Amino acid sequence: MPTFVYMTRCDGCGHCVDICPSDIMHIDKTYRRAVNIEPNFCWECYSCVKACPQNAIDVRGYADFAPLGHSVRVLREEEKNTVSWKLIFRDGTEKNFVSPIRTTEWGSIKSPSEYDAPTEDALASQELAHEPEFLNIDELPTLTRDKLTEGAR
Amino acid sequence: MGLFSRKKTKFVDSDVLVIGGGMAGCGATYEARYWGRDLNVVCVEKANIERSGAVAQGLYAINTYMGMQWDENQPEDHVRYARNDLMGLVREDLGYDIARHVDSTVHKFEEWGLPMMRDPETGRYQREGKWQIMIHGESYKPIVAEAARKAATEIYNRIMVTHLLMDKSKENRVAGAVGFNVRTGDFYVFRAKAVIVAAGGASHIYKPRAVGEGMGRTWYAPWSSASAYALPIEVGAKMTQMENRIVLTRFKDGYGPVGAYFLHLKTYTENAYGNEYESTWYENTKELVGDYIDMHPVPTCLRNHALLEEVKAGRGPIRMVTKEAFQDPHKETVGWENFLGMTIGQAVVWASQNIDPKHTNPELTTSEPYVMGSHATCSGAWASGPEDVAPDDYQWGYNRMMTVDGLFGAGDTIGGAAHKFSSGSFSEGRIAAKAAVKYIKDMGKDQPQVSEQEYEDLKKVVFKPMENYEVGRNEIVGGTVSPSYILPIHGLQRLEKIMDEYVGGIGANYMTNGPLLNRGLELLEMLKEDMHHIGAEDLHQLQRAWELHHRVVASESVTHHTMFRTETRWPGYYYRGDHMKLDDDNWHCFTLSRFDRDSGEWAMEKAPVHHIID
Repeated sequence: MPTFVYMTRCDGCGHCVDICPSDIMHIDKTYRRAVNIEPNFCWECYSCVKACPQNAIDVRGYADFAPLGHSVRVLREEEKNTVSWKLIFRDGTEKNFVSPIRTTEWGSIKSPSEYDAPTEDALASQELAHEPEFLNIDELPTLTRDKLTEGAR
Repeated sequence: MGLFSRKKTKFVDSDVLVIGGGMAGCGATYEARYWGRDLNVVCVEKANIERSGAVAQGLYAINTYMGMQWDENQPEDHVRYARNDLMGLVREDLGYDIARHVDSTVHKFEEWGLPMMRDPETGRYQREGKWQIMIHGESYKPIVAEAARKAATEIYNRIMVTHLLMDKSKENRVAGAVGFNVRTGDFYVFRAKAVIVAAGGASHIYKPRAVGEGMGRTWYAPWSSASAYALPIEVGAKMTQMENRIVLTRFKDGYGPVGAYFLHLKTYTENAYGNEYESTWYENTKELVGDYIDMHPVPTCLRNHALLEEVKAGRGPIRMVTKEAFQDPHKETVGWENFLGMTIGQAVVWASQNIDPKHTNPELTTSEPYVMGSHATCSGAWASGPEDVAPDDYQWGYNRMMTVDGLFGAGDTIGGAAHKFSSGSFSEGRIAAKAAVKYIKDMGKDQPQVSEQEYEDLKKVVFKPMENYEVGRNEIVGGTVSPSYILPIHGLQRLEKIMDEYVGGIGANYMTNGPLLNRGLELLEMLKEDMHHIGAEDLHQLQRAWELHHRVVASESVTHHTMFRTETRWPGYYYRGDHMKLDDDNWHCFTLSRFDRDSGEWAMEKAPVHHIID
């Protein structure tokens, strides 16, 4: 469809509607459950599949080139910090993969305003936030006048 | 009064307004807060920044990382690489600027929790290629979005920005933007001292290979709707290199990435009969481009060219030889996880067609053209460069400020700086935001004012497609055929057909010429007129209508630029049949355009290419 929603699993919570980058997951007014209203604008990005608390959303490959009988399922678990995939081919071949998704606590990123306020001199320089420290080299590179081959000011 | 002028108008005041919450927008939002502690920083996004932009589904590699801490590469090396790949024409100052900052961005990503792969022997980041490092990037975007949320005063999700607003007192100065909430239908007026356009490049301006259900499986995201270009173009910002569209060689139908396959897995291509073909097109290519074919690595467009010629000669399909590499279980895992991390649709295609690369060498194909500023291409706005290295011709204001005062850009928006990718786009967002903060601090009391007349007029324009539908649907019994309006999908399909047939799409084997471009412009003009008669039955379709508007504006720009450059600079991306050869004597330059919104005219000019790096 590419994504579609199983009638008996969806409870109409709307997480897929909130997350879809293409704005194609909507709540059907009659059934009060999610539906892909515009399959030809689906990228098969799986954002909605991963966000669905009921595992109610699946993907059937695009009809114009994907024969039936396949399955690519995903389980994204923030508490375990993993994403797990199960692929089933049309001929039944199965493949499984697991990858990490994050090495730190969700929500642990510091706001830039928690760092010491930059000086006026820093604002006038070419350095960005956390530089040169985060470059892991002594200083931000620049081109000295003699290195500029053309257009030197 | 329009039928929908009763819709609520909401006002949002900010110092820095960031339009688009993808990689560049999140970088801009973060950096604006760092330098502007007391400033009001607003980011507005048509989807949800948690999963928006080109990195929504994740990435398996960061394609721009110098590794200066290990002396792997220096910024100058990256400039030379991008320059070679783009056949000599890049803004070296902008590229250098991104390259020198990108490592600090990547190190910050790691601190935030992005899982980086490491080389078990050296302990360094695992290299995929000279510039690329490998990551487990399923949550790349959610992590970056978390940083932006922490930094912003407010993030506005689900608001489609349709137009920029100009200052009513000072000519050529930006004052904000307008748009609408795609859920509530509220009209939004954003008033800002500085605006950073960090919106997406353009998919779906050319007819894609799949035109049925699979039309959404374009290489670049279907939600990349050219807002990066239309917003600045319509307020008169100069654009550059808009003819420099990109064509991608990718796995067939899913457009799955080939970088890891070529660089890390060491797979290679062959024709249908098992023969290497690229070298057999060397002389042919040299005829067209001269010494550029001898560059290392061979420019992306020229590799496309060899593939296209081989297929035209009847020896397709071209296949990636994977059977050898995939016997190694580690490489097999990398090959699959590479797709699952960034192009899941390719895994779906292979599962559905029983293509196991361990047993079958999969087909490659070339995509339809895309217009963007962050990959192996550099379309976008003409921007002022960094103070310390930009030549005079490239410096008129603050870093990354366009030719409109207070209007900054990053990522796909800024032209001339190829090979930014995700990390470079984020870095450019940071560069633009720091400059925007400086601009605001220097501004003093002379602050921009929006004109009530301007936003009230735009409000009528923005909701006009709903009015067209509301009125026109009563004329017909039902269905999609009306004499009074066309639907957004109708307009999109017409645009894709025009661009495909007249401006060098797949249907024309990427070929165009002066007469074709002229006819294309005539048809685009009629499409532009018909855009006043787009019908939108709901807010979702209203979003589609404005995405289409942005695509049409960008397409017109692409066509004018393609007409202006009377040479074939990038064979394999497109061909001017009337000027088949690269012409360095006349065209070793940038093309610039400016759209005059009062007259509707496009003015074209050349700008010099300064080589600041040897």
